[in-house]
Amino acid sequence: MNLHKSKLLPALALAAAAAGTFVPAAHAVGVNQPAPAFSLPREGGGTASLDGLAGHVVYLDFWASWCGPCRQSFPWMNEIQAKYAARGLRVVAVNVDARQSDAEGFLAQIPAQFTVAFDPKGDTPRLYQLKGMPTSFLINPDGMVLAVHQSFHEEDRKALEASIEAALDAHPEARP
Amino acid sequence: MSRALRLAALAGAALLCTGCISPPKPWEKGELAKPAMTMGRDPLGERFDQHIASSKEAASGGYGVGGGGCGCN
Repeated sequence: MNLHKSKLLPALALAAAAAGTFVPAAHAVGVNQPAPAFSLPREGGGTASLDGLAGHVVYLDFWASWCGPCRQSFPWMNEIQAKYAARGLRVVAVNVDARQSDAEGFLAQIPAQFTVAFDPKGDTPRLYQLKGMPTSFLINPDGMVLAVHQSFHEEDRKALEASIEAALDAHPEARP
Repeated sequence: MSRALRLAALAGAALLCTGCISPPKPWEKGELAKPAMTMGRDPLGERFDQHIASSKEAASGGYGVGGGGCGCN
């Protein structure tokens, strides 16, 4: 077989272009960027969507049953949802387990008093380009990201709560 | 084998490397986080070994997922 140089160059260019398509869309969703829309089935039936939460300050958390820090974050998220609901905060926790039964086992152990949505295919974490688990996004009533936080440790509570307070202070118009 | 053919084979190999072998994303590590995916059986002993190794080798990580976390290791 004799591959001529004139044929090889386009072939190489094609290979490079094809390789380029496999490179993931690089940037994670960051502060002052619009939070990508999603619509997912939620625990207890119905759907949870970002559009449906417009007007609220949203604490969007991505979690999995196999993730240790997520286990620690649930009691705290229950607390902040109860504490700030009247001022317009909504906690939404998107589960990324491939098997929903794993998530349900976790929820049976640590019940959530906030919205839990299921994304077993991982489309939403891909949209948000997560760098680690768990990751949370604080979103203002207009759907812009105010803060991003990775992982969860008990000592993060104070700083996270301060950023939520600041967001609620800045948006007194948030609907309760 | 002609030089051109060799080059084409190399390009093909490069294409395979970039496209098909991509590491799992942080949200896809459910299977890797299972206890069965660790190298040893005793978590405490493993941690001790890793502590020694990371101080001697100035490197850490690569021992499974360790129950999630920020993914910085």
